[in-house]
Amino acid sequence: MNILVIDDEGQIRKLLHIILQSNGYEVAEAVTAKDGLIAAATNPPDLILLDLGLPDETGHVVLKKLREWYTGSIVIISVQSNESDIVNALDNGANDYIVKPFRTGELLARVRSALRFSNVQDDEPVFQFNNLYVDLAARLVKKADEIIKLTATEFSLLALFVKNEGKVLTHHYLLNEVWGSGYTNQTQYLRVYIAQLRKKIEEDSNRPVHIITESGVGYRFIMME
Amino acid sequence: MVVLFVSGSCYWWNDVLNYKVVAFLLLVALSFLSLFLNILPVIVAALVSAFIWNFFFIPPRFTFHVNSAEDFFLLIGYFVIAVVHSALAYRIKQKEKRVQDEEQQVNMLKLYDTLLNSLSHELRTPIATIIGATDNLLMPGDKLHEEDKRSLLLEVSVASLRLNQQVENLLNMSRLASGFIQVKLDWCDVNELIYATLKHVEENLKKHTIQVSVDENLPLFKLDSGLMEQVLFNLIFNAIHYTREHSQIIIHADCMDGNCVITVEDNGKGFPPEEIEKVFDKFYRLRYSKTGGTGLGLSIAKGFVEAHHGTIHLQNKITGGAKFTIKIPTETSYLNEIKNE
Repeated sequence: MNILVIDDEGQIRKLLHIILQSNGYEVAEAVTAKDGLIAAATNPPDLILLDLGLPDETGHVVLKKLREWYTGSIVIISVQSNESDIVNALDNGANDYIVKPFRTGELLARVRSALRFSNVQDDEPVFQFNNLYVDLAARLVKKADEIIKLTATEFSLLALFVKNEGKVLTHHYLLNEVWGSGYTNQTQYLRVYIAQLRKKIEEDSNRPVHIITESGVGYRFIMME
Repeated sequence: MVVLFVSGSCYWWNDVLNYKVVAFLLLVALSFLSLFLNILPVIVAALVSAFIWNFFFIPPRFTFHVNSAEDFFLLIGYFVIAVVHSALAYRIKQKEKRVQDEEQQVNMLKLYDTLLNSLSHELRTPIATIIGATDNLLMPGDKLHEEDKRSLLLEVSVASLRLNQQVENLLNMSRLASGFIQVKLDWCDVNELIYATLKHVEENLKKHTIQVSVDENLPLFKLDSGLMEQVLFNLIFNAIHYTREHSQIIIHADCMDGNCVITVEDNGKGFPPEEIEKVFDKFYRLRYSKTGGTGLGLSIAKGFVEAHHGTIHLQNKITGGAKFTIKIPTETSYLNEIKNE
């Protein structure tokens, strides 16, 4: 697997290079937005790690230019407490994000899930993790071998999560997909249904392992690890 | 006003009082004025009183005419004394103000000094750890045991997390100080908020037990979840940091009269009563408190709560331990309203 790192900080590039290479990925580096775009075009990678704060152009611009033709995964690297920036990037086609300073385990998990997402696109409608079993085609959900009854809205929310397993989904995206474009500001619907869904599918709805809160950004559904 | 009052009452007693005594009384009134007023109003008062004295008291009365040379000199003398007096009083006041300013500046410098001391200590300690440990690890020749290497690396890891925490606090503080905080209100499930915060806290847990009690039917509140998470984190982190192992921390959330009320309490030693007022001050640290804080956590919590137009206060529980209460007026939305659609 090829990964292109676009980041102007030498230390971060070096760190990413060592971590990724020692985990079996091939790594290319670019320092500026311009070089990054050229590198991506000449040798299209499977995944791009893109820093939002580049010297010549912002990562947002690079993201837009890349998304005109590039279909692989893009994971944004951002500084802490910049949720609106992250949400903006996710709504503009980034697959996921990671904040500096990041933990190695977290980085590798993001990379793995983003690569999985860019590769496997054939729908495999049956998922199983821990005690939870979801069969999308049969609309069947079981927890510890017991069938769980979900309302139509709960099911479409869960189906959306399962199809995007491992990927962070923004509030805006979830509301738009499940409730429709007129509801994108009605976050109270989302809060209520997330709480209900957690009560039904999680072992302990207060310490969820499937529907993870990404503060200020959205939710991430985890079904494997 | 005072001039009018004094001259008015003198006019009343005109029969009894000599007009020269009136001048004397007016001067007394003026000197009181010059203690409290600025130079301009005092000079105006001096002028007005001179005219009043002339017009109403110096014979012939009710004219500006002065009969005798003696009275003329008295009038001039009165005026000069009044002006000189006010000018002197003004200069004294100026000097006092300068001394006060200087004192204030000295106090500021002192505060700044303690601030820098505590800050540089809190930043330098982890940096020193990192430099020392990495130097040791990079030393040529492999003298370190595998176990020692690991423990050095662990130290580096802890130090850098601590450093990150301090930087985060400083950034938040400067955001507050610059007025750059924009509260982005959105519907917020407080239960979810508390548990999301606890997930971040877990790294710092030292065998403490945390108990959460949130009403099942708590409505959604309109809050800035990012800021509130930081507030809760700082309060819980504080409770963990300053209580002994195996202490208990209780977090409770409630809705009271349209207010979101969250309390964080512990069963530690509580705060010294005389210092309770000051704990939210910037860079304030309890006397004899242990290291590891910048004295910023609680003032950031306060700043963020106040950005929501809410209040935060601290009290010692009768049973021992400290209790922080956050109260934020906010919109609410009950779950059941849209449950059955």
